[in-house]
Amino acid sequence: MATDFVARGQDLELVGIRKEFPGFTAIENLDLKIPAGEFFALLGPSGCGKTTTLRIVAGLEEATHGKVLIGGKDVSGTKPHERPVNTVFQNYALFPHMSVLENVAFGLRQRKIKEPLAKATEALQMVELEHLGNRKPQQLSGGQQQRVALARALVNRPALLLLDEPLGALDLKLRRQMQVELKAIQMEVGLTFLHVTHDQEEAMDMADTVAVMNHGQIEQMGAPEALYDRPKTAFVARFLGQSNIFVGEVVEENANTISIDCNGQKVSAPKSRSEKHSGKVAIGVRPEKATFHEDKPVLDSNHNLVGPGEIIDIRFTGVSNQYLIDIPGFGDITVFAQNVGKSPVVELGAQVWVSWKVEHAFGLSDLPPKADNDGE
Amino acid sequence: MAFVALGQGSAGSATPTKTSRVAFILLAPGLIYLGLFFLTPLVSLIITSLKVSSPTGEIGMYDFGFELGNYAYAIGQYLPQILRSFTYAIIATVMALMISYPIAYFIGVKARNKPLLQAMLLTLVIAPFFISFLLRTFAWKQIFSNDSPVTNFLHTIGLLAPDQYVIGTPFAVVFGLTYNFIPFMTLPIYTSLERLDIRLLEAGSDLYATPAKTFWKVTFPLSLPGVISGTLLTFIPISGDYVNASRDFLGGSDTAMIGNVVEANFFRIQDYPTASALSVMLMAAIVVLVSMYVRKSGTEDLL
Repeated sequence: MATDFVARGQDLELVGIRKEFPGFTAIENLDLKIPAGEFFALLGPSGCGKTTTLRIVAGLEEATHGKVLIGGKDVSGTKPHERPVNTVFQNYALFPHMSVLENVAFGLRQRKIKEPLAKATEALQMVELEHLGNRKPQQLSGGQQQRVALARALVNRPALLLLDEPLGALDLKLRRQMQVELKAIQMEVGLTFLHVTHDQEEAMDMADTVAVMNHGQIEQMGAPEALYDRPKTAFVARFLGQSNIFVGEVVEENANTISIDCNGQKVSAPKSRSEKHSGKVAIGVRPEKATFHEDKPVLDSNHNLVGPGEIIDIRFTGVSNQYLIDIPGFGDITVFAQNVGKSPVVELGAQVWVSWKVEHAFGLSDLPPKADNDGE
Repeated sequence: MAFVALGQGSAGSATPTKTSRVAFILLAPGLIYLGLFFLTPLVSLIITSLKVSSPTGEIGMYDFGFELGNYAYAIGQYLPQILRSFTYAIIATVMALMISYPIAYFIGVKARNKPLLQAMLLTLVIAPFFISFLLRTFAWKQIFSNDSPVTNFLHTIGLLAPDQYVIGTPFAVVFGLTYNFIPFMTLPIYTSLERLDIRLLEAGSDLYATPAKTFWKVTFPLSLPGVISGTLLTFIPISGDYVNASRDFLGGSDTAMIGNVVEANFFRIQDYPTASALSVMLMAAIVVLVSMYVRKSGTEDLL
């Protein structure tokens, strides 16, 4: 069996993976390399193929084309039980007829590893549940079951640990707590983690590298900060956080910036942060990077300025408010403003101008299905 | 019915509240039914089993008494038939389980995403019920009869000696018993397997268990409630069955089971006390065997 009791994680490589189901293609030509010991998140909406990718790595699903390599070894043709991989399933999939301790010892027993119960107890200690070893899984709370599932997978010291939205069923507070614990455990054991999630905060919070997946393809991959700061496609810009996206023809181009015409107002972005420099281009900005002014400000060319418009919606989110501003003839723009002073900073219906630094804008490689400057 | 009650402990003392009165009213028809049609015959049977022969010596006439010797006589006279009944019942139950489990697994697990196929297969399992049990058993008698193509074929290939026949052999009886009770085994197992969470099997294979190991460690333990109810639903009626082993159907002179002996004693010899003693012992033996079995298989531990 190719399942040695490894101490450290191994790297994972997917080469040209394609998965077709009757009637649709779940994954199209996916290439991916995850270095050993990394916490890698596959982020995407439901139906984007992320869980299918994970199941192909685990061997629970067979790819139509392509290869899966773990630690440089091709495991494409092997069965799930022959792969040095363990999964924390979305619903935990704990065996209801076995005690918690027996659940954790299951993998060790299958591989005939010495002292399975002692090792399982140790694993339960790591997730602070050793006192519940004799209970049945259904007698535990959701968070406890999740930790048992994690211990059951980790105790095997897999070359690669797969996490299939394991925190999805937990409430927000517990989820945040488990995120911290999971990250701490990953650092401690040094295993390679492949985490599948649709929660962008979770992905950004925990992962070293995030890959955003859509329609069976990876749209963009990188460190969470880089991905957030410079999304390259409209999908990434809107899935990972929020974005204002304006579309227009490039009307001006100089050494450093490009400018587009959006219903008569000029919006610029740095060339170095733009994927396209000519034709119809989408330029975006994060709502927290934009500020509004109650009087028309005088700004230099390093700023974009649009307005005047009317505040038509204010949403309170605690630390900040989200303001929706309707600029006649231009479109809608969202601005986040922190509630450092009074809240809200301006009242509903107030007339404002919105500005942001050109260096914060980003140019996308594609056009969004619906731009924010639709003229309404 | 007795064995169902065995599994459950005392359900806590309920104070006479309005709810318990409603519960009693709802239970009343069932209790009256049980009292009339289960308890009364049972008491009558026990009384009959202790009766003594009438001093007039008339055949079929007995007086009230307390003759425990009837039991000793029944055992002494019919021990081979008693043992044969349980042997046949065990063999037929095991056979039915081995045939039914794969069928139930296929319908409940493999055909899960094909509702049409699943419905068709379930109908096929239940279809024999549409025809009388007696007729179907009689049909097998025809198929295995001494000049039937099946028997001729077995003679031709030499599996049966020229002077041997199928009807009247233990094989024919066990075959008939197995055949008749397969649906009772298949349906409870199907119900258990139908609820089996496939993701648990994936978890098993993810945790290094081969498909065979996953079956024995996960699938089978989780289907145990179905296996246990299936085996009870087959074993108990088979132990008392008198149709298959009867000479009118698949049996012969040395395949008689308790049911046949009871029938003969009641209706032919008119030895009512012995017949009753045999019935009471059969019931007691089943209660003991079944409660041992249920305890051993630890059903209370399953979910």
